[in-house]
Amino acid sequence: MKKMKATGALAAAAAAVLALSACGGGSQAEAGKGEISYWLWDANQLPAYQQCADDFTKANPDITVKITQRGWDDYWSTLTNGFVGGTAPDVFTNHLGRYGELAENKQLLAIDDAVEKDKVDLSAYNEGLADLWVGQDGKRYGLPKDWDTIGLFYNKAMLASAGISEDQMKDLTWNPEDGGSYEKVIAHLTVDKNGKRGDEPGFDKNNVQVYGLGLNGGGDSSGQTEWSYLTNTTGWQHTDKNPWGTHYNYDDPKFQDSMKWFAGLADKGYMPKLETTVGASMADTFAAGKSAINAHGSWMIGQYTGYKGIDVGIAPTPVGPEGKRASMFNGLADSIWAGTKKKDASIKWVEYLASSACQDVVASKAVVFPALKASSDKAAAAFQAKGVDVTAFTEHVKNKTTFLYPITDNTAKVKGIMEPAMDAVVSGKAPVSSLTAANEQVNALFK
Amino acid sequence: MTTLTRNPGTRTPRLPRTILNRTGPGRTGRGDARIALFFIAPAMIGFVLFYLVPTVRGIYLSFTEYNILGDPEWIGLENYEAIAKDPLFWNSLAVTGQYVLLNIGLQTALALGLALLMHNVAKSTIIRGALLLPYLMSNVIAALLWFWMLDYQIGVVNQFIEWAGLPRAAFFGSEEWAIPTQALINTWRHMGYTALLIFAGLQSIPGHVYEVAKLDGASAWQTFRKITIPLLRPVLVLVLVVTVIGSFQVFDTVAVTTGGGPVNATRVIQYYIYQRAFTESDFGYGSAIAVILFLILALVAFIQMKFLKGNESDLD
Repeated sequence: MKKMKATGALAAAAAAVLALSACGGGSQAEAGKGEISYWLWDANQLPAYQQCADDFTKANPDITVKITQRGWDDYWSTLTNGFVGGTAPDVFTNHLGRYGELAENKQLLAIDDAVEKDKVDLSAYNEGLADLWVGQDGKRYGLPKDWDTIGLFYNKAMLASAGISEDQMKDLTWNPEDGGSYEKVIAHLTVDKNGKRGDEPGFDKNNVQVYGLGLNGGGDSSGQTEWSYLTNTTGWQHTDKNPWGTHYNYDDPKFQDSMKWFAGLADKGYMPKLETTVGASMADTFAAGKSAINAHGSWMIGQYTGYKGIDVGIAPTPVGPEGKRASMFNGLADSIWAGTKKKDASIKWVEYLASSACQDVVASKAVVFPALKASSDKAAAAFQAKGVDVTAFTEHVKNKTTFLYPITDNTAKVKGIMEPAMDAVVSGKAPVSSLTAANEQVNALFK
Repeated sequence: MTTLTRNPGTRTPRLPRTILNRTGPGRTGRGDARIALFFIAPAMIGFVLFYLVPTVRGIYLSFTEYNILGDPEWIGLENYEAIAKDPLFWNSLAVTGQYVLLNIGLQTALALGLALLMHNVAKSTIIRGALLLPYLMSNVIAALLWFWMLDYQIGVVNQFIEWAGLPRAAFFGSEEWAIPTQALINTWRHMGYTALLIFAGLQSIPGHVYEVAKLDGASAWQTFRKITIPLLRPVLVLVLVVTVIGSFQVFDTVAVTTGGGPVNATRVIQYYIYQRAFTESDFGYGSAIAVILFLILALVAFIQMKFLKGNESDLD
């Protein structure tokens, strides 16, 4: 409560500061030099962007960039406080799940004029990425910096001892009725305390040593790494249209059948129970040898392949009932705060971040896939040079088997409703039909 | 007549001016007030700036719809009406109540035991100091340490449990365990400090009452029940008021571990306020719950003071 009240006062003071600074702006508002601040949340990417910043200053000696990295958990609340308090960064890494609300509240600078004037080639980015950052009002609020898809990380030694070949992993199929070959593989990779496999008679599902499939969490509203790579192979979509849908579809029987299968895995002992996953990260438990396959995002490649003593392979997500794979396609962008006092310098920095000069640097570090097509290929090559085959991730983009992260209004509230609802379903505490009521609550937000 | 006027008894006594000021009818003692204000000012400024203004503003915001980036819009009692019908609010009250009962019950009992030990047995400063160690640790660090040690898959505690032949427990992950686990962690962290407060109370009980009890042949239990507890009551009430208020405001432990889950098992009232206000940008709604929590705490403190007679001592 103390915290709340203090923020109230801060907000009041901040509003005054904002009002004052808005009056005093004038010529300064266009400043094209000086120090600009830049925020990002992924510590793994910091070295790459620090180099971009150094190169940028070399090319533009009158502009310096101060980079601040903040963990994801408090990135957004600190940013919001910054908007109100007038201390927000000039430029920051933005997320699809958040920018709609920020744009609506007029916190983002539309950069259409600059993009047109400086002739930024939007077709050079991987398909669809640039369009994601055009808001409901038709204005552009960011330039794409990277993208990610989902793949299956697996423990090669466990596969070998189970007699499953890596080629088999590349041709997995899945359906919500019996789980297809995906469930067979998961079952076979599951081993109980007595060494019995999940598909053998006498398997003890209550004393499992190694789970076939790791679990990250209930997946809240998007299920990005948890279940969307399965549910969206059935033709189901999160919303009526994307971006800017106004109706969610968690009541669809297709979705609920898929979730029923997914929750059932824990019941069969092939996947850890949700309650046991609160704590250590899914990647760390994988490294501790507690799961054989983990479905996770491409931004985790560095972490999975970085564990000592574990040989990791990456397979594409399984082919669904409609004969295609599916992966959520999420992309980040750099946006400019509407309250910046260094508009021109900020635009220059954002355009530099979105250019091949910076994205090639990011590619060379082999941490994420940059948004530019040419830089993406370079990143794949850099991963290859490190001995990591990332085809599982790039294939989704090449074969156009991606679907977009659901972009709507009210995303924070939707998440607030769906998080406990999905947890209840995945932990087996509530039937999948309970999602219908949650869906009604969600859709009531859009009335 | 002259003798009478000379009578010293009728002379006006010459008292110092200040005393006259204080006792004289109609005088307010402006000189003192100015000095008093000077000394109160630092605390007063802090109180007004950081408590009074934000509280009043918080109460105002509770009648508005406010997403912090726009302007607050007056909506009267709508937030309060919505809260009354919000199952998550009632859930948060129940969850918080469960936490407070466990936390305060255990913490007070253990702290009392520790204080008695400090008073009668452990007189070494090092041991007394060691009891305070958990309290010196930041809440977040303590929570995270236990979060790792109690992890289901790779936590050390579960490893020991397994060696002992018992089934692993999802301390933070299961709906049954999540609140008791967090209540225990904070009990562990706070009991040393609470014990220190009670210990100070024990030291203020005069030794002669114990001597008398001994002469009368009272047993240790009788002495504890009939002398220690009644004489300790004012301190115990103070400790209870302070710790109960602190316990109702549990937030950091939840925020860095379970984040309200599993499902809604640890969505305590402070976390729910944070979620509505800061995560979902509904500051009006969050403020309204904060006002309700404020009223609840005021009521609880009032009841404790009133019925446990915290402002009276049996020593008088």
